[in-house]
Amino acid sequence: MSRRANAWGNPVVYVGALMLVGLMLGPVIYIIIGGFRTNSQITSDPAALPDPWVFGNYTDVLTSDTFWRQVGNSTLAATATTIGVVGLGVMASYVLARYRFRGRGAMYALFAAGLMFPATVAITPLYILVKNLGLVNTLPGVILPQIAFGLPTTIIILVPFLQAIPKEIEEAAAIDRCSRLGFFWRMVLPLSVPGLITTGILAFVNSWNSYLLPLFILNDQDGFTLPLGVQAFASQYSVDTAKVLAFTSLSMIPALVFFSLFERRIVGGLTGAVKG
Amino acid sequence: MTVTEVRAGGGVQAPPPVRPRRRGIGWGMRLEILALSGPAILVFAGFVIFPVLMAAYYGFYRWKGFGPPTDFVGLDNYVTILQDTLFHEALWHNGQIVVLSIVLQGPIALGLALLLNQRMRGQSLIRVLIFVPYVISEVIVGTAWSLMLQSSGAINDVLRSIGLGALAQDWLSDPAIAIWTLMLILTWKYVGFAVILFLAGMQNIPAELSEAAAVDGASYWQTQRSITLPLLGPTIRIWAFLSIIGALQLFDLVYIIWGQYVASTAGTSTMATYMVTEGRNAGNYGYGNAVAVVLFLISMLIALVYQRFVLRRDTEGALTGGR
Repeated sequence: MSRRANAWGNPVVYVGALMLVGLMLGPVIYIIIGGFRTNSQITSDPAALPDPWVFGNYTDVLTSDTFWRQVGNSTLAATATTIGVVGLGVMASYVLARYRFRGRGAMYALFAAGLMFPATVAITPLYILVKNLGLVNTLPGVILPQIAFGLPTTIIILVPFLQAIPKEIEEAAAIDRCSRLGFFWRMVLPLSVPGLITTGILAFVNSWNSYLLPLFILNDQDGFTLPLGVQAFASQYSVDTAKVLAFTSLSMIPALVFFSLFERRIVGGLTGAVKG
Repeated sequence: MTVTEVRAGGGVQAPPPVRPRRRGIGWGMRLEILALSGPAILVFAGFVIFPVLMAAYYGFYRWKGFGPPTDFVGLDNYVTILQDTLFHEALWHNGQIVVLSIVLQGPIALGLALLLNQRMRGQSLIRVLIFVPYVISEVIVGTAWSLMLQSSGAINDVLRSIGLGALAQDWLSDPAIAIWTLMLILTWKYVGFAVILFLAGMQNIPAELSEAAAVDGASYWQTQRSITLPLLGPTIRIWAFLSIIGALQLFDLVYIIWGQYVASTAGTSTMATYMVTEGRNAGNYGYGNAVAVVLFLISMLIALVYQRFVLRRDTEGALTGGR
Protein backbone atom coordinates (compact mmCIF):
# COMPACT_ATOMS: atom_id res chain seq x y z
CA MET A 1 0.00 0.00 0.00
CA SER A 2 2.14 2.87 -1.15
CA ARG A 3 1.18 6.45 -0.67
CA ARG A 4 1.56 7.04 -4.40
CA ALA A 5 -1.77 5.37 -5.13
CA ASN A 6 -4.38 8.00 -5.88
CA ALA A 7 -7.28 8.61 -3.50
CA TRP A 8 -9.49 6.11 -5.28
CA GLY A 9 -7.12 3.19 -5.02
CA ASN A 10 -7.21 -0.05 -6.94
CA PRO A 11 -10.24 -0.69 -9.23
CA VAL A 12 -10.04 -4.45 -8.57
CA VAL A 13 -10.85 -3.70 -4.94
CA TYR A 14 -14.07 -1.96 -5.96
CA VAL A 15 -15.16 -4.84 -8.17
CA GLY A 16 -14.52 -7.28 -5.34
CA ALA A 17 -16.29 -5.10 -2.79
CA LEU A 18 -19.27 -4.64 -5.11
CA MET A 19 -19.63 -8.38 -5.65
CA LEU A 20 -19.40 -8.91 -1.91
CA VAL A 21 -22.11 -6.38 -1.17
CA GLY A 22 -24.26 -7.99 -3.87
CA LEU A 23 -23.90 -11.43 -2.32
CA MET A 24 -24.64 -10.17 1.17
CA LEU A 25 -27.64 -8.06 0.20
CA GLY A 26 -29.04 -10.31 -2.54
CA PRO A 27 -31.30 -12.40 -0.30
CA VAL A 28 -32.47 -9.32 1.61
CA ILE A 29 -33.34 -7.53 -1.61
CA TYR A 30 -35.07 -10.70 -2.82
CA ILE A 31 -37.36 -10.62 0.22
CA ILE A 32 -38.18 -6.94 -0.12
CA ILE A 33 -38.81 -7.04 -3.88
CA GLY A 34 -40.65 -10.37 -3.67
CA GLY A 35 -43.20 -8.65 -1.44
CA PHE A 36 -44.12 -6.41 -4.39
CA ARG A 37 -45.00 -9.39 -6.62
CA THR A 38 -48.02 -11.64 -6.86
CA ASN A 39 -47.94 -15.35 -6.10
CA SER A 40 -48.48 -16.26 -9.74
CA GLN A 41 -45.52 -14.06 -10.70
CA ILE A 42 -43.40 -15.84 -8.10
CA THR A 43 -44.52 -19.30 -9.16
CA SER A 44 -44.01 -18.79 -12.87
CA ASP A 45 -40.63 -17.07 -12.47
CA PRO A 46 -39.20 -17.25 -8.93
CA ALA A 47 -36.34 -14.82 -9.52
CA ALA A 48 -37.62 -11.88 -11.50
CA LEU A 49 -38.57 -8.28 -10.93
CA PRO A 50 -42.19 -7.44 -10.17
CA ASP A 51 -44.26 -6.98 -13.32
CA PRO A 52 -46.39 -5.12 -12.53
CA TRP A 53 -45.45 -3.92 -9.05
CA VAL A 54 -48.22 -4.67 -6.58
CA PHE A 55 -48.50 -3.02 -3.20
CA GLY A 56 -51.36 -5.11 -1.88
CA ASN A 57 -49.16 -7.47 0.13
CA TYR A 58 -47.54 -4.66 2.05
CA THR A 59 -50.77 -2.75 2.63
CA ASP A 60 -52.47 -5.96 3.76
CA VAL A 61 -49.80 -6.57 6.34
CA LEU A 62 -49.67 -2.92 7.41
CA THR A 63 -53.42 -2.86 7.98
CA SER A 64 -53.59 -6.14 9.89
CA ASP A 65 -54.07 -6.12 13.66
CA THR A 66 -51.85 -9.16 14.08
CA PHE A 67 -48.80 -7.44 12.67
CA TRP A 68 -49.15 -4.35 14.81
CA ARG A 69 -49.89 -6.35 17.94
CA GLN A 70 -46.69 -8.29 17.37
CA VAL A 71 -44.77 -5.08 16.69
CA GLY A 72 -46.13 -3.80 19.99
CA ASN A 73 -45.12 -6.94 21.87
CA SER A 74 -41.64 -6.93 20.35
CA THR A 75 -41.18 -3.23 21.08
CA LEU A 76 -42.29 -3.63 24.67
CA ALA A 77 -40.09 -6.66 25.26
CA ALA A 78 -37.06 -5.07 23.61
CA THR A 79 -37.46 -1.73 25.41
CA ALA A 80 -37.89 -3.29 28.83
CA THR A 81 -34.99 -5.67 28.21
CA THR A 82 -32.77 -2.79 27.12
CA ILE A 83 -33.58 -0.67 30.16
CA GLY A 84 -33.04 -3.64 32.46
CA VAL A 85 -29.80 -4.80 30.92
CA VAL A 86 -28.23 -1.37 30.68
CA GLY A 87 -29.41 -0.24 34.12
CA LEU A 88 -28.32 -3.32 36.04
CA GLY A 89 -25.27 -3.72 33.82
CA VAL A 90 -23.84 -0.24 34.35
CA MET A 91 -24.27 -0.44 38.12
CA ALA A 92 -22.51 -3.79 38.34
CA SER A 93 -19.83 -2.65 35.89
CA TYR A 94 -19.16 0.44 37.99
CA VAL A 95 -18.50 -1.77 40.99
CA LEU A 96 -16.26 -4.05 38.95
CA ALA A 97 -14.37 -1.17 37.37
CA ARG A 98 -13.95 1.20 40.29
CA TYR A 99 -14.11 -0.68 43.58
CA ARG A 100 -11.38 -2.90 44.97
CA PHE A 101 -12.73 -5.65 47.18
CA ARG A 102 -12.28 -9.33 47.78
CA GLY A 103 -14.42 -11.43 45.46
CA ARG A 104 -14.24 -8.90 42.66
CA GLY A 105 -12.30 -11.30 40.42
CA ALA A 106 -14.78 -14.06 41.13
CA MET A 107 -17.70 -11.77 40.34
CA TYR A 108 -16.16 -10.75 37.04
CA ALA A 109 -15.40 -14.38 36.16
CA LEU A 110 -18.99 -15.32 36.97
CA PHE A 111 -20.43 -12.83 34.50
CA ALA A 112 -17.71 -13.54 31.91
CA ALA A 113 -18.48 -17.25 32.06
CA GLY A 114 -22.08 -16.43 31.16
CA LEU A 115 -20.75 -15.08 27.86
CA MET A 116 -19.83 -18.61 26.88
CA PHE A 117 -23.29 -20.05 27.37
CA PRO A 118 -26.15 -18.53 25.45
CA ALA A 119 -29.69 -19.31 26.57
CA THR A 120 -29.80 -22.55 24.57
CA VAL A 121 -28.26 -24.63 27.33
CA ALA A 122 -30.57 -23.40 30.06
CA ILE A 123 -33.76 -23.15 28.05
CA THR A 124 -35.60 -26.20 29.39
CA PRO A 125 -35.11 -25.47 33.12
CA LEU A 126 -35.63 -21.79 32.38
CA TYR A 127 -39.03 -22.61 30.94
CA ILE A 128 -39.90 -24.59 34.07
CA LEU A 129 -38.74 -21.73 36.28
CA VAL A 130 -40.81 -19.21 34.35
CA LYS A 131 -43.77 -21.58 34.52
CA ASN A 132 -43.42 -21.91 38.29
CA LEU A 133 -43.32 -18.14 38.56
CA GLY A 134 -46.61 -18.04 36.67
CA LEU A 135 -45.09 -15.95 33.88
CA VAL A 136 -45.73 -18.25 30.91
CA ASN A 137 -47.48 -16.38 28.09
CA THR A 138 -46.50 -13.03 29.57
CA LEU A 139 -43.86 -10.62 28.32
CA PRO A 140 -42.09 -10.40 31.72
CA GLY A 141 -41.48 -14.14 31.33
CA VAL A 142 -39.37 -13.28 28.29
CA ILE A 143 -37.94 -10.01 29.55
CA LEU A 144 -36.45 -11.20 32.85
CA PRO A 145 -34.40 -14.06 31.36
CA GLN A 146 -33.32 -11.79 28.51
CA ILE A 147 -32.01 -9.25 30.99
CA ALA A 148 -30.08 -11.99 32.79
CA PHE A 149 -28.57 -13.40 29.61
CA GLY A 150 -27.76 -9.91 28.29
CA LEU A 151 -25.74 -8.95 31.37
CA PRO A 152 -22.47 -10.74 30.47
CA THR A 153 -21.98 -8.92 27.15
CA THR A 154 -22.99 -5.61 28.69
CA ILE A 155 -20.61 -5.96 31.61
CA ILE A 156 -17.71 -7.14 29.46
CA ILE A 157 -18.15 -4.08 27.23
CA LEU A 158 -18.77 -1.54 29.99
CA VAL A 159 -16.04 -2.47 32.50
CA PRO A 160 -13.08 -1.39 30.34
CA PHE A 161 -15.11 1.65 29.35
CA LEU A 162 -15.60 2.73 32.96
CA GLN A 163 -12.01 1.88 33.84
CA ALA A 164 -10.86 4.28 31.15
CA ILE A 165 -12.40 7.26 32.96
CA PRO A 166 -9.31 9.02 34.38
CA LYS A 167 -8.68 8.69 38.07
CA GLU A 168 -8.02 12.42 38.26
CA ILE A 169 -11.69 13.14 37.64
CA GLU A 170 -12.63 10.92 40.55
CA GLU A 171 -10.06 12.58 42.79
CA ALA A 172 -11.27 16.03 41.77
CA ALA A 173 -14.81 14.98 42.55
CA ALA A 174 -13.70 13.67 45.95
CA ILE A 175 -12.03 16.98 46.74
CA ASP A 176 -15.31 18.69 45.90
CA ARG A 177 -16.90 16.44 48.53
CA CYS A 178 -18.69 14.34 45.98
CA SER A 179 -19.38 10.83 47.29
CA ARG A 180 -18.60 7.76 45.21
CA LEU A 181 -22.30 7.36 44.46
CA GLY A 182 -22.53 11.02 43.57
CA PHE A 183 -19.54 10.58 41.32
CA PHE A 184 -21.28 7.60 39.68
CA TRP A 185 -24.47 9.57 39.13
CA ARG A 186 -23.02 12.95 38.09
CA MET A 187 -19.84 11.98 36.28
CA VAL A 188 -19.71 8.31 35.33
CA LEU A 189 -23.16 8.03 33.79
CA PRO A 190 -22.82 11.10 31.55
CA LEU A 191 -19.28 10.12 30.54
CA SER A 192 -20.29 6.58 29.65
CA VAL A 193 -23.24 7.44 27.41
CA PRO A 194 -21.50 6.09 24.27
CA GLY A 195 -20.90 2.75 26.00
CA LEU A 196 -24.47 2.70 27.26
CA ILE A 197 -25.75 3.30 23.74
CA THR A 198 -23.62 0.47 22.34
CA THR A 199 -24.79 -2.04 24.91
CA GLY A 200 -28.34 -0.74 24.71
CA ILE A 201 -28.57 -1.21 20.95
CA LEU A 202 -27.07 -4.68 21.22
CA ALA A 203 -29.62 -5.62 23.87
CA PHE A 204 -32.44 -4.14 21.82
CA VAL A 205 -31.50 -5.89 18.58
CA ASN A 206 -30.89 -9.19 20.38
CA SER A 207 -34.28 -9.01 22.01
CA TRP A 208 -35.96 -7.95 18.79
CA ASN A 209 -34.52 -11.00 17.01
CA SER A 210 -34.83 -13.43 19.90
CA TYR A 211 -36.49 -16.71 18.93
CA LEU A 212 -35.78 -19.65 21.24
CA LEU A 213 -36.91 -18.05 24.48
CA PRO A 214 -40.21 -16.63 23.17
CA LEU A 215 -40.78 -19.97 21.43
CA PHE A 216 -40.76 -21.67 24.82
CA ILE A 217 -42.48 -18.98 26.88
CA LEU A 218 -45.12 -17.52 24.56
CA ASN A 219 -47.60 -20.12 23.36
CA ASP A 220 -50.53 -17.82 22.86
CA GLN A 221 -50.87 -16.13 19.44
CA ASP A 222 -51.88 -12.86 21.10
CA GLY A 223 -48.59 -12.68 23.00
CA PHE A 224 -46.34 -13.49 20.02
CA THR A 225 -43.35 -11.31 19.29
CA LEU A 226 -42.41 -10.67 15.66
CA PRO A 227 -40.03 -13.62 15.10
CA LEU A 228 -42.71 -16.05 16.31
CA GLY A 229 -45.23 -14.11 14.27
CA VAL A 230 -43.14 -14.38 11.12
CA GLN A 231 -42.87 -18.11 11.57
CA ALA A 232 -46.55 -18.56 12.36
CA PHE A 233 -47.45 -16.38 9.40
CA ALA A 234 -45.12 -18.34 7.11
CA SER A 235 -46.73 -21.66 8.03
CA GLN A 236 -50.28 -20.29 8.10
CA TYR A 237 -49.97 -18.64 4.68
CA SER A 238 -47.49 -21.13 3.25
CA VAL A 239 -49.21 -20.87 -0.14
CA ASP A 240 -49.18 -17.06 -0.08
CA THR A 241 -45.43 -16.62 -0.56
CA ALA A 242 -45.69 -12.97 -1.59
CA LYS A 243 -47.46 -12.00 1.60
CA VAL A 244 -44.96 -13.94 3.70
CA LEU A 245 -42.16 -11.99 2.00
CA ALA A 246 -43.92 -8.69 2.70
CA PHE A 247 -44.47 -9.60 6.35
CA THR A 248 -40.86 -10.69 6.68
CA SER A 249 -39.39 -7.54 5.17
CA LEU A 250 -41.52 -5.26 7.31
CA SER A 251 -40.50 -7.09 10.47
CA MET A 252 -36.78 -6.57 9.91
CA ILE A 253 -36.96 -2.80 9.46
CA PRO A 254 -36.51 -1.69 13.09
CA ALA A 255 -33.41 -3.79 13.72
CA LEU A 256 -31.88 -2.55 10.47
CA VAL A 257 -32.66 1.10 11.21
CA PHE A 258 -31.28 0.89 14.73
CA PHE A 259 -28.19 -0.84 13.54
CA SER A 260 -27.38 1.51 10.68
CA LEU A 261 -27.88 4.56 12.91
CA PHE A 262 -25.44 3.28 15.49
CA GLU A 263 -23.18 1.02 13.42
CA ARG A 264 -19.94 2.68 14.46
CA ARG A 265 -20.71 2.48 18.17
CA ILE A 266 -21.81 -1.15 18.00
CA VAL A 267 -18.78 -2.27 16.04
CA GLY A 268 -16.51 -0.33 18.39
CA GLY A 269 -18.16 -1.88 21.42
CA LEU A 270 -18.04 -5.41 20.04
CA THR A 271 -14.43 -5.27 19.00
CA GLY A 272 -13.46 -3.56 22.24
CA ALA A 273 -15.10 -6.38 24.15
CA VAL A 274 -13.51 -9.08 22.08
CA LYS A 275 -10.06 -7.61 22.58
CA GLY A 276 -10.76 -7.74 26.30
CA MET B 1 -11.02 0.26 22.81
CA THR B 2 -10.01 3.85 23.30
CA VAL B 3 -6.24 3.70 23.60
CA THR B 4 -4.33 0.76 22.30
CA GLU B 5 -0.66 0.05 22.30
CA VAL B 6 1.65 -2.50 20.80
CA ARG B 7 3.60 -4.49 23.33
CA ALA B 8 7.02 -5.92 22.79
CA GLY B 9 5.53 -9.41 22.74
CA GLY B 10 3.38 -8.48 19.76
CA GLY B 11 -0.39 -8.31 19.84
CA VAL B 12 -2.53 -5.29 20.29
CA GLN B 13 -3.98 -5.04 23.74
CA ALA B 14 -6.49 -3.00 25.61
CA PRO B 15 -5.21 -0.57 28.24
CA PRO B 16 -4.33 -2.16 31.56
CA PRO B 17 -6.98 -1.75 34.22
CA VAL B 18 -6.49 1.09 36.67
CA ARG B 19 -5.34 -0.04 40.05
CA PRO B 20 -5.91 2.43 42.82
CA ARG B 21 -4.16 1.70 46.09
CA ARG B 22 -5.76 -1.06 48.10
CA ARG B 23 -7.26 -0.09 51.41
CA GLY B 24 -9.41 -1.75 53.98
CA ILE B 25 -12.98 -1.18 52.97
CA GLY B 26 -15.57 0.17 55.32
CA TRP B 27 -19.21 -0.66 55.83
CA GLY B 28 -20.37 2.24 53.71
CA MET B 29 -18.42 0.96 50.78
CA ARG B 30 -19.68 -2.57 51.27
CA LEU B 31 -23.21 -1.26 51.24
CA GLU B 32 -22.55 0.61 48.02
CA ILE B 33 -21.09 -2.49 46.40
CA LEU B 34 -24.10 -4.49 47.49
CA ALA B 35 -26.63 -1.91 46.36
CA LEU B 36 -25.01 -1.42 42.96
CA SER B 37 -24.16 -4.98 42.03
CA GLY B 38 -26.84 -6.81 44.02
CA PRO B 39 -29.67 -6.49 41.49
CA ALA B 40 -27.52 -7.70 38.58
CA ILE B 41 -26.18 -10.63 40.59
CA LEU B 42 -29.68 -11.52 41.75
CA VAL B 43 -31.15 -11.55 38.24
CA PHE B 44 -28.12 -13.36 36.83
CA ALA B 45 -28.11 -15.99 39.57
CA GLY B 46 -31.88 -16.45 39.36
CA PHE B 47 -32.27 -16.75 35.62
CA VAL B 48 -28.89 -18.09 34.46
CA ILE B 49 -27.15 -20.02 37.21
CA PHE B 50 -30.18 -21.42 39.00
CA PRO B 51 -31.74 -22.92 35.83
CA VAL B 52 -28.45 -24.58 34.89
CA LEU B 53 -28.23 -26.13 38.36
CA MET B 54 -31.86 -27.21 38.19
CA ALA B 55 -31.18 -28.92 34.85
CA ALA B 56 -28.65 -31.10 36.62
CA TYR B 57 -31.30 -31.97 39.21
CA TYR B 58 -34.21 -32.60 36.81
CA GLY B 59 -31.92 -34.67 34.59
CA PHE B 60 -32.03 -37.52 37.12
CA TYR B 61 -35.81 -37.85 36.87
CA ARG B 62 -38.33 -39.23 34.44
CA TRP B 63 -40.65 -36.28 34.46
CA LYS B 64 -43.45 -34.94 32.28
CA GLY B 65 -43.22 -31.42 33.65
CA PHE B 66 -46.31 -31.49 35.89
CA GLY B 67 -45.88 -31.12 39.64
CA PRO B 68 -42.58 -31.82 41.33
CA PRO B 69 -40.47 -34.60 39.82
CA THR B 70 -40.77 -37.84 41.81
CA ASP B 71 -39.71 -40.66 39.50
CA PHE B 72 -35.96 -40.77 40.23
CA VAL B 73 -34.18 -42.79 37.56
CA GLY B 74 -30.54 -42.10 38.40
CA LEU B 75 -28.37 -42.00 35.31
CA ASP B 76 -30.93 -43.68 33.05
CA ASN B 77 -31.53 -40.54 31.01
CA TYR B 78 -27.82 -40.15 30.40
CA VAL B 79 -27.46 -43.79 29.40
CA THR B 80 -30.30 -43.34 26.91
CA ILE B 81 -28.70 -40.19 25.47
CA LEU B 82 -25.34 -41.83 25.02
CA GLN B 83 -26.92 -44.85 23.33
CA ASP B 84 -29.32 -42.97 21.08
CA THR B 85 -28.11 -42.95 17.48
CA LEU B 86 -30.15 -39.78 16.89
CA PHE B 87 -27.98 -38.04 19.49
CA HIS B 88 -24.80 -39.47 17.96
CA GLU B 89 -25.84 -38.06 14.61
CA ALA B 90 -26.63 -34.68 16.14
CA LEU B 91 -23.25 -34.61 17.87
CA TRP B 92 -21.53 -35.56 14.62
CA HIS B 93 -23.35 -32.73 12.79
CA ASN B 94 -22.30 -30.28 15.50
CA GLY B 95 -18.71 -31.43 15.08
CA GLN B 96 -18.89 -30.90 11.33
CA ILE B 97 -20.44 -27.47 11.80
CA VAL B 98 -17.76 -26.41 14.29
CA VAL B 99 -14.92 -27.42 11.98
CA LEU B 100 -16.52 -26.19 8.75
CA SER B 101 -17.47 -22.84 10.29
CA ILE B 102 -13.85 -22.12 11.11
CA VAL B 103 -12.40 -23.59 7.94
CA LEU B 104 -14.87 -21.78 5.67
CA GLN B 105 -15.54 -18.51 7.46
CA GLY B 106 -12.00 -17.87 8.70
CA PRO B 107 -10.20 -17.65 5.34
CA ILE B 108 -13.16 -15.99 3.61
CA ALA B 109 -13.41 -13.36 6.34
CA LEU B 110 -9.67 -12.81 6.31
CA GLY B 111 -9.67 -12.32 2.55
CA LEU B 112 -12.60 -9.93 2.70
CA ALA B 113 -11.06 -7.97 5.55
CA LEU B 114 -7.81 -7.61 3.58
CA LEU B 115 -9.84 -6.47 0.58
CA LEU B 116 -11.79 -3.92 2.58
CA ASN B 117 -8.68 -2.74 4.40
CA GLN B 118 -7.41 -1.28 1.13
CA ARG B 119 -7.55 2.42 0.58
CA MET B 120 -10.98 2.98 -0.90
CA ARG B 121 -13.97 5.27 -0.98
CA GLY B 122 -17.19 4.25 0.72
CA GLN B 123 -15.48 1.87 3.12
CA SER B 124 -17.74 2.71 6.03
CA LEU B 125 -20.86 2.19 3.91
CA ILE B 126 -19.62 -1.24 2.83
CA ARG B 127 -18.94 -2.15 6.43
CA VAL B 128 -22.55 -1.41 7.29
CA LEU B 129 -23.86 -3.35 4.32
CA ILE B 130 -21.91 -6.56 4.90
CA PHE B 131 -23.08 -6.53 8.51
CA VAL B 132 -26.75 -6.58 7.46
CA PRO B 133 -27.14 -10.41 7.47
CA TYR B 134 -25.72 -10.50 10.97
CA VAL B 135 -28.29 -8.02 12.23
CA ILE B 136 -31.47 -9.51 10.81
CA SER B 137 -33.06 -12.26 12.82
CA GLU B 138 -32.53 -15.99 12.37
CA VAL B 139 -36.25 -16.39 11.69
CA ILE B 140 -36.09 -13.99 8.75
CA VAL B 141 -32.89 -15.53 7.43
CA GLY B 142 -34.37 -19.00 7.75
CA THR B 143 -37.69 -18.09 6.14
CA ALA B 144 -36.05 -16.27 3.26
CA TRP B 145 -33.44 -18.91 2.49
CA SER B 146 -35.87 -21.80 2.69
CA LEU B 147 -38.14 -20.02 0.20
CA MET B 148 -35.22 -19.37 -2.14
CA LEU B 149 -33.77 -22.86 -1.82
CA GLN B 150 -36.97 -24.85 -2.45
CA SER B 151 -36.58 -27.08 -5.49
CA SER B 152 -38.89 -24.73 -7.39
CA GLY B 153 -37.36 -21.66 -5.77
CA ALA B 154 -35.33 -18.71 -6.95
CA ILE B 155 -31.86 -20.25 -6.63
CA ASN B 156 -32.61 -23.21 -8.90
CA ASP B 157 -34.46 -20.87 -11.26
CA VAL B 158 -31.44 -18.58 -11.58
CA LEU B 159 -29.13 -21.56 -12.09
CA ARG B 160 -31.33 -22.87 -14.91
CA SER B 161 -31.67 -19.52 -16.59
CA ILE B 162 -27.90 -18.98 -16.72
CA GLY B 163 -27.39 -22.44 -18.20
CA LEU B 164 -26.22 -24.14 -15.04
CA GLY B 165 -29.41 -26.19 -14.67
CA ALA B 166 -27.29 -29.26 -13.95
CA LEU B 167 -26.31 -27.64 -10.66
CA ALA B 168 -29.92 -27.24 -9.57
CA GLN B 169 -30.39 -29.33 -6.43
CA ASP B 170 -32.82 -30.39 -3.84
CA TRP B 171 -30.86 -28.15 -1.49
CA LEU B 172 -32.80 -28.65 1.70
CA SER B 173 -33.81 -32.31 1.84
CA ASP B 174 -31.01 -34.21 0.10
CA PRO B 175 -28.96 -35.54 3.05
CA ALA B 176 -25.78 -35.40 0.99
CA ILE B 177 -26.17 -31.67 0.42
CA ALA B 178 -28.24 -30.30 3.29
CA ILE B 179 -25.31 -29.81 5.69
CA TRP B 180 -23.49 -27.82 3.00
CA THR B 181 -26.60 -25.76 2.41
CA LEU B 182 -26.66 -25.06 6.13
CA MET B 183 -22.99 -24.06 6.01
CA LEU B 184 -23.71 -21.73 3.10
CA ILE B 185 -26.45 -20.00 5.09
CA LEU B 186 -24.37 -19.88 8.28
CA THR B 187 -21.42 -18.41 6.39
CA TRP B 188 -23.65 -15.82 4.76
CA LYS B 189 -25.16 -14.82 8.09
CA TYR B 190 -22.08 -14.78 10.31
CA VAL B 191 -19.11 -13.98 8.06
CA GLY B 192 -19.83 -10.25 8.39
CA PHE B 193 -19.18 -10.45 12.12
CA ALA B 194 -15.76 -12.03 11.51
CA VAL B 195 -14.92 -9.44 8.85
CA ILE B 196 -15.78 -6.56 11.17
CA LEU B 197 -13.65 -8.01 13.97
CA PHE B 198 -10.71 -8.65 11.65
CA LEU B 199 -10.98 -5.18 10.10
CA ALA B 200 -10.96 -3.56 13.52
CA GLY B 201 -7.94 -5.67 14.45
CA MET B 202 -6.14 -4.66 11.25
CA GLN B 203 -6.83 -1.00 11.79
CA ASN B 204 -5.15 -1.23 15.17
CA ILE B 205 -1.91 -2.41 13.58
CA PRO B 206 0.28 0.68 13.24
CA ALA B 207 0.78 1.76 9.63
CA GLU B 208 4.48 2.34 10.40
CA LEU B 209 5.05 -1.41 10.44
CA SER B 210 3.85 -2.04 6.91
CA GLU B 211 5.53 1.18 5.74
CA ALA B 212 8.81 -0.02 7.21
CA ALA B 213 8.30 -3.37 5.48
CA ALA B 214 7.65 -1.59 2.18
CA VAL B 215 10.87 0.38 2.63
CA ASP B 216 12.67 -2.92 3.11
CA GLY B 217 11.26 -4.08 -0.21
CA ALA B 218 8.59 -6.46 1.04
CA SER B 219 5.73 -7.16 -1.37
CA TYR B 220 2.10 -6.66 -0.39
CA TRP B 221 1.58 -10.38 0.29
CA GLN B 222 4.83 -10.68 2.25
CA THR B 223 3.73 -7.79 4.42
CA GLN B 224 0.33 -9.37 5.08
CA ARG B 225 1.87 -12.74 5.87
CA SER B 226 4.63 -11.54 8.16
CA ILE B 227 3.02 -8.52 9.80
CA THR B 228 -0.75 -8.46 9.51
CA LEU B 229 -1.44 -12.14 10.17
CA PRO B 230 0.73 -12.54 13.29
CA LEU B 231 -0.52 -9.29 14.80
CA LEU B 232 -4.09 -10.32 14.04
CA GLY B 233 -3.56 -13.60 15.91
CA PRO B 234 -5.36 -12.64 19.14
CA THR B 235 -8.40 -11.36 17.22
CA ILE B 236 -8.57 -14.53 15.12
CA ARG B 237 -8.28 -16.78 18.16
CA ILE B 238 -11.08 -14.98 20.01
CA TRP B 239 -13.29 -15.05 16.93
CA ALA B 240 -12.68 -18.80 16.56
CA PHE B 241 -13.68 -19.27 20.18
CA LEU B 242 -16.96 -17.40 19.75
CA SER B 243 -17.59 -19.32 16.54
CA ILE B 244 -17.02 -22.71 18.21
CA ILE B 245 -19.37 -21.92 21.08
CA GLY B 246 -22.02 -20.64 18.67
CA ALA B 247 -21.71 -23.72 16.45
CA LEU B 248 -22.02 -26.12 19.39
CA GLN B 249 -25.24 -24.49 20.51
CA LEU B 250 -26.71 -23.88 17.07
CA PHE B 251 -30.49 -24.08 17.18
CA ASP B 252 -32.53 -21.31 15.57
CA LEU B 253 -31.63 -21.63 11.89
CA VAL B 254 -31.82 -25.42 11.80
CA TYR B 255 -35.11 -25.52 13.67
CA ILE B 256 -36.65 -22.82 11.52
CA ILE B 257 -35.56 -24.20 8.15
CA TRP B 258 -35.76 -27.93 8.77
CA GLY B 259 -38.42 -27.98 11.46
CA GLN B 260 -38.44 -30.44 14.29
CA TYR B 261 -38.66 -33.71 12.39
CA VAL B 262 -36.95 -33.18 9.06
CA ALA B 263 -33.62 -32.07 10.53
CA SER B 264 -32.54 -35.58 11.50
CA THR B 265 -33.43 -37.12 8.13
CA ALA B 266 -31.81 -34.27 6.20
CA GLY B 267 -28.66 -34.66 8.28
CA THR B 268 -28.69 -31.21 9.86
CA SER B 269 -29.95 -31.94 13.39
CA THR B 270 -27.87 -30.50 16.23
CA MET B 271 -27.66 -31.27 19.92
CA ALA B 272 -29.90 -28.29 20.64
CA THR B 273 -32.61 -29.31 18.16
CA TYR B 274 -32.39 -32.85 19.55
CA MET B 275 -32.85 -31.41 23.03
CA VAL B 276 -35.98 -29.48 22.06
CA THR B 277 -37.47 -32.26 19.93
CA GLU B 278 -36.91 -35.11 22.35
CA GLY B 279 -37.40 -33.03 25.49
CA ARG B 280 -40.03 -30.34 25.38
CA ASN B 281 -41.85 -31.32 22.21
CA ALA B 282 -42.07 -34.96 23.32
CA GLY B 283 -43.14 -33.85 26.81
CA ASN B 284 -40.12 -35.54 28.42
CA TYR B 285 -38.82 -32.66 30.53
CA GLY B 286 -36.49 -34.80 32.63
CA TYR B 287 -34.87 -36.16 29.51
CA GLY B 288 -34.62 -32.70 27.91
CA ASN B 289 -32.81 -31.42 30.98
CA ALA B 290 -30.36 -34.31 30.83
CA VAL B 291 -29.61 -33.41 27.21
CA ALA B 292 -29.07 -29.80 28.31
CA VAL B 293 -26.55 -30.99 30.88
CA VAL B 294 -24.68 -33.01 28.26
CA LEU B 295 -24.67 -30.02 25.91
CA PHE B 296 -23.46 -27.80 28.74
CA LEU B 297 -20.66 -30.19 29.72
CA ILE B 298 -19.47 -30.61 26.13
CA SER B 299 -19.45 -26.84 25.57
CA MET B 300 -17.67 -26.19 28.85
CA LEU B 301 -15.08 -28.88 28.23
CA ILE B 302 -14.28 -27.48 24.79
CA ALA B 303 -14.27 -23.91 26.12
CA LEU B 304 -11.88 -24.79 28.92
CA VAL B 305 -9.54 -26.75 26.67
CA TYR B 306 -9.54 -23.92 24.15
CA GLN B 307 -8.87 -21.30 26.82
CA ARG B 308 -6.17 -23.41 28.40
CA PHE B 309 -4.25 -24.15 25.22
CA VAL B 310 -5.12 -21.49 22.68
CA LEU B 311 -6.35 -18.36 24.38
CA ARG B 312 -4.17 -18.27 27.44
CA ARG B 313 -1.78 -15.73 26.03
CA ASP B 314 -4.44 -13.36 24.73
CA THR B 315 -7.00 -13.22 27.45
CA GLU B 316 -5.12 -13.33 30.67
CA GLY B 317 -7.65 -11.66 32.85
CA ALA B 318 -10.22 -10.86 30.19
CA LEU B 319 -12.21 -14.07 30.18
CA THR B 320 -10.63 -15.85 33.08
CA GLY B 321 -9.70 -13.77 36.05
CA GLY B 322 -10.62 -10.15 35.56
CA ARG B 323 -7.60 -9.09 37.61
